[in-house]
Amino acid sequence: MAFRARHLLGIEHLSPLEITTVLDLAERYVDLNRRTVKQSDVLAGMTQINLFFEASTRTQSSFELAGKRLGADVMNMSVANSSVKKGETLIDTAMTLNAMHPDLLVVRHGSSGAVNLLAQKVDCAVLNAGDGRHEHPTQALLDALTIRRAKGRIQRLTIAICGDIAHSRVARSNLILLGKMENRLRLIAPPTLMPSGVEDFGCELFDDMREGLKGADVVMMLRLQKERMDGGFIPSEREYYHRYGLDAEKLSHAAPDAIVMHPGPMNRGVEIDGDLADDINRSVIQDQVEMGVAVRMACMDLLARNLRAERGRKIVGMMA
Amino acid sequence: MTTIHFANARLIDPEAGTDAPGSLTVKDGVILARDEKAPKAAVIDCGGKCLAPGIVDLGVKIGEPGERHRESFGSAGAAAAAGGVTTIIARPDTHPAIDTPETLEFVTRRAAEAPVRIRHMAALTKGREGREMTEIGFLRDAGAVAFTDVFRVSTDLKAIARAMTYARSLGALVVGHPQDPSLSAGASATSGKFASLRGIPAVSPIAERMGLERDLALVEMTGVRYHADQITTAHSLPALVRAKAAGLDVTAGTSIHHLTLNEFDVGDYRTFFKFTPPLRSEQDRLAIVAAVADGTIDVISSLHTPADEESKRLPYEEAAAGAVALETFLPAAMRLFHAGHLDLPALFRAMALNPARRLGLPQGRLAPGAPADLVLFDPDAPFLMDRFRLRSKSKNTPFDGARMEGKVLGTWVAGTQVFAAADA
Repeated sequence: MAFRARHLLGIEHLSPLEITTVLDLAERYVDLNRRTVKQSDVLAGMTQINLFFEASTRTQSSFELAGKRLGADVMNMSVANSSVKKGETLIDTAMTLNAMHPDLLVVRHGSSGAVNLLAQKVDCAVLNAGDGRHEHPTQALLDALTIRRAKGRIQRLTIAICGDIAHSRVARSNLILLGKMENRLRLIAPPTLMPSGVEDFGCELFDDMREGLKGADVVMMLRLQKERMDGGFIPSEREYYHRYGLDAEKLSHAAPDAIVMHPGPMNRGVEIDGDLADDINRSVIQDQVEMGVAVRMACMDLLARNLRAERGRKIVGMMA
Repeated sequence: MTTIHFANARLIDPEAGTDAPGSLTVKDGVILARDEKAPKAAVIDCGGKCLAPGIVDLGVKIGEPGERHRESFGSAGAAAAAGGVTTIIARPDTHPAIDTPETLEFVTRRAAEAPVRIRHMAALTKGREGREMTEIGFLRDAGAVAFTDVFRVSTDLKAIARAMTYARSLGALVVGHPQDPSLSAGASATSGKFASLRGIPAVSPIAERMGLERDLALVEMTGVRYHADQITTAHSLPALVRAKAAGLDVTAGTSIHHLTLNEFDVGDYRTFFKFTPPLRSEQDRLAIVAAVADGTIDVISSLHTPADEESKRLPYEEAAAGAVALETFLPAAMRLFHAGHLDLPALFRAMALNPARRLGLPQGRLAPGAPADLVLFDPDAPFLMDRFRLRSKSKNTPFDGARMEGKVLGTWVAGTQVFAAADA
């Protein structure tokens, strides 16, 4: 099979063929999700645990819905009620959950690499729902699907990623994925929000937004965290909006048919103009949410297939 | 006491800078003579292997008091003996810190259980908090060889300047950690491509230079004798060269890990490769190796830092920094020898002679009259590193599973053998 991964920890470990496999399967789930009866049974009998060490509404509900539509038993573990607050280590939490035999573990954690660490200690398939500022693979995959549907392809496009790139796992996963698919990448950010060394990743860097947007086919905006707005990394919200907020005028420098993306939740009037975000001719932000459920269904479906095959081999091995 | 004759040896003499066949006669724990003909003594045939002064390791963390489960004087001493380290210069970053003569007396007494020599550094400020100086005079009388707050850098320059001025009047050595604390706070990697790819909070290597420039200005102001614990980036070297040329009483060290590993070794968040300061780029590593070779950097230390499994089995950012290194110090140093970067006399100058000299100790030499602290080793013997065979209580070495060259065959302290390799 084209998709060989045991876990989905990051885009870094996926080949272009695996990425395309996920997107192709996700297309089928887009169709399923648009029907009145959305049920499938590919995860029937399987248990999915959503383990979120960081608060999340959108990603967690998207994974929950994806699992339920595939027929899995879904459990949400929120940090507030867990023993993490009582000093249990990440690995102990992982081992405890592992003993309950889940099949799919969806994890979000505030530290880069934490999901990789956890994946080493469990038998089930682990999906990274965001670790620190490292990766957020399903976000990059859903963005890729959205682009492919809007533009008809996911290669040879000029894509501008704009905003708080330094602290963004979304930007990192997108950089890797879009780079692997051979697109032309531009990063637009004030220098305080640009990570060091990224010029080596084969991107062009801009601190002037109009310059960076010139001729872009896709404009990806990133969320600016509230705690970074005042004085620390940028002078103020209004200066940021003036220089880096996407509005119709700045967008006019991009290609005439450029699409506008945002991973949400948006700060209207900080990184993006409200009217532009709602403009159905330019903004694909709602499509991204829809693609999110389909892509997560595809990822879990593929991982579950690999898990079944692996367990099948084990049983055959035991009988031999 | 008996007389011992080390015959048929390859003598590594860092003082003379020589690496030549010869023999060494030891009497009453002291080196008696070189190349003596047929002395009346017990003869040890060195089989043509290298005999060098035992390593003087400046900056070893031992878990006493407070963290004996991580390392005790007994376990650290056994590891040192097996690694050819004959003098441990212990750090005061313990719980509580070694900041009173009473604590120093306690650890001095406890240290007697170790088979190698142990000397102690004391904290420069109370609780290593960077606010009030410790009883530098009493501590010196009680045997402290240097004063340091280890990896904590105070921002209270008035307090540090006063402590340095006071230390100067006593001729005490202050060991600093060159790093700008506000820049490095929360960072666990060196900024650059690798840290950005892995999403690890990072610090610019320039932060080390800023810390060093600050310390050097304080040295100029106070006239204190100063040693920088670890210089790890090329950015710091010009400042160091300038300070030495200006005649400041300044020396600098670096760690064996920064000489043999680089930032990419962290790979997939391997916490055994997390250090303070973080591992640097390959260019920085090579610049530091060259600085040791040309004498800009004087001392190589193991910066032995035991950490238990619990403190390492955490997400990278949250994991403890540091590695155990007493036993792997010499084999790791042999990597520099085999790569052609440093010859053996140059290595032992940085690992034995220079640190001993800086601390006013008589070790690190093969001359008649020097203490008979010796290590016999085979620089070419290959082995596969297995961390669970280490004598340290903690097993956190970055060299686990690595192919190493260089085995310690025997270690002597004051003419008494404290280690013999099982297969030697």
